[in-house]
Amino acid sequence: MTPSTETVIAIKGLRKSFGDLHVLRGVDLEVSRGENVAVLGRSGTGKSVLIKLMVGLLKPDAGSILVLGQDVETLRGKELDLFRQKVGFSFQSSALYDSMSIRENLEFPLVRNIRNLSRGEIDKAVEEALDDVGLSQTINQMPSELSGGQRKRIGIARTLILKPEIMLYDEPTAGLDPITSIEINNLINEVRERFGATSIIITHDLTCAKTTGDRVAMLLDGKFERVGPFDEVFADPDERIQQFYNYKFVN
Amino acid sequence: MQSDTTKPTGRASDRPVVTRRLDRFLLGLADVSSFIGRFFREALLPPYEFKEIIRQCYEVGFRSLLLISTTGFITGIVFTNQSRPSLSEFGATSWLPSLIAIAIVRALGPLVTALIAAGKVGSSIGAELGSMNVTEQIDAMEVSGTDPFKFLVVTRVLATSFTIPLLTMYTIFVGLLGAYINVNQNEQTSFTSFMQEVFGAITYLDIFASVLKSIVFGFTIGMVGCYKGYHSSKGTEGVGKAANSAVVTSMFLVFIEELLSLQIVGAIRGS
Repeated sequence: MTPSTETVIAIKGLRKSFGDLHVLRGVDLEVSRGENVAVLGRSGTGKSVLIKLMVGLLKPDAGSILVLGQDVETLRGKELDLFRQKVGFSFQSSALYDSMSIRENLEFPLVRNIRNLSRGEIDKAVEEALDDVGLSQTINQMPSELSGGQRKRIGIARTLILKPEIMLYDEPTAGLDPITSIEINNLINEVRERFGATSIIITHDLTCAKTTGDRVAMLLDGKFERVGPFDEVFADPDERIQQFYNYKFVN
Repeated sequence: MQSDTTKPTGRASDRPVVTRRLDRFLLGLADVSSFIGRFFREALLPPYEFKEIIRQCYEVGFRSLLLISTTGFITGIVFTNQSRPSLSEFGATSWLPSLIAIAIVRALGPLVTALIAAGKVGSSIGAELGSMNVTEQIDAMEVSGTDPFKFLVVTRVLATSFTIPLLTMYTIFVGLLGAYINVNQNEQTSFTSFMQEVFGAITYLDIFASVLKSIVFGFTIGMVGCYKGYHSSKGTEGVGKAANSAVVTSMFLVFIEELLSLQIVGAIRGS
C-alpha cells in the first residue's frame, strides 16, 4: 500500500521530563496516512513515552501533538474516548486482562464503546478479529494459557476490533523468538494492507524496523536525529547510529 | 549567616531528613485525600457500573464465606467455653447466652469479619490491581475508552462496603449457632430460651452500630486495597509489597476504627 500525502500525525517541539530526567527534548515528526514509521532507539530513550503521549496517557511538558487533526492535549471525556477508538494501542506486555477469557478480552473495547450491539454482532466481530490474527481456536482460553507470541497477536486483535485508523505498537517483538518475531512483523504489514492503518512501531529490533517501516526515525538524546528509509538512516556516519547498527548485528 | 542546610535549595536530597520525611508524609496524605475525594466524585457521577459491582460483591462475599463460616463458628464455641469457668464460679452460667450475644454482636462479629476480609479480600484487591498496573492492563483499559478508576476502584470499594456488613450479620449468626451448640450440650438449654436470652440482651443500637461499623470497615478495606494496588511501584516486587501493605494498613485502621466506635457508642449509650 502506498502512503498518501495527507498528514495524520504531526508532532512539533514535544518535550517531556520526569523530575530531573529530560526524556524528550523537542521531538518533531510527521506521518502520512497509510505510512508505517518505525521508531528506533536505545532502552530508556523515551520511545514508549512518545506513543503514550500520543493517546493522552501522559501529558507533555511542551510542544503539540496533532493526531487525525485533533490536538490530543485538549481532548477530555467523551471526545477523548471517541479519539481513542480511532487509535489502536498494542502494549509491550500485551496487557490482556488476566481475569477475562480471550472472548471477553476482545469484547471489552467493543461493548464499552459501542452500545446496543446485539449478541450476534459482538460474536461476529470477535470471530473476525481472531481470524485476522489466525487464532480463532483460542476464543475460550484464558490469557495465562497462551504463549508470548499468541498473547501479542491477541493484543493486536483486541485493538483491531474497533477498526482503528492509526495503530501504535510498543515493542511488538520484544521477548519473542526470531520465527515468532517474523510472524508478528508480517502481521503488522498485513494490518496495513487490509485495514489501511497508519502505524508507528516502537522497537529496538532492527529486523522489525526494516521489515515493517517505510521510514525509520532514530531517537537519540531525546530528539529524532535521523528520519528516512532504513538504508539511508544507517548509511549515516554518525557514530551513535553506527554503534546501534553494528552492536545489534555483531552481538 | 544561615547555614547551608537551612537554605531552601529546592532539592529534596539537600534538606534535613526530618523535613523530607514530613514532606513525604504530607504529600502522601494529600494523595490519599485526593484518592478518596475522587472515589466519591466518580461513585456519584454516571455511568454506573452495576454489573461489575454485582460481580465484585459475589467475589468478595462468596469467596470469603467458607473461611468466615469456620472462623465465626469456632469463635462462638471457644468464647463460650472460655467464659463458662468464670461465670460458674458465681453460679451464673445462665448468663452465658446474654454475655455471648453482647460480645459477638457488639465486637467479635464485626471485628472477626473485618480482619478476615482484610487478609483475604484486601490482599487480593491489592495484588490484583498491582499486577494490572505492572502489566499495563490499567493503561489498556484507559485507551479502550473505559475509566479504570470507575471500573476498578469504585466497584471494588462499593462491593466491600455493601458486602462486609452482610458478612458480619452472617458471622454473628454462625457465631451464635456455635455458642448455642456448646451451651446446649453443657447446660441443656433449649434453642428457644437461648434465643430469648440473646435478644433480651442486645438492643437496636447494638445492631445499628455493628452494621454502621462494618460499612466503615468494608470501605476502609476496599479503599486501602485499591489505593495500594493502584499506586504500586513497577515490578513484581511492587505487587507483593502492595498486597502486604494493603493487609497491614487495613488491619491497623480497622483496630483504630473499632476503638473510635467504642468511644462513640459508649458516649451515645451514656447520654
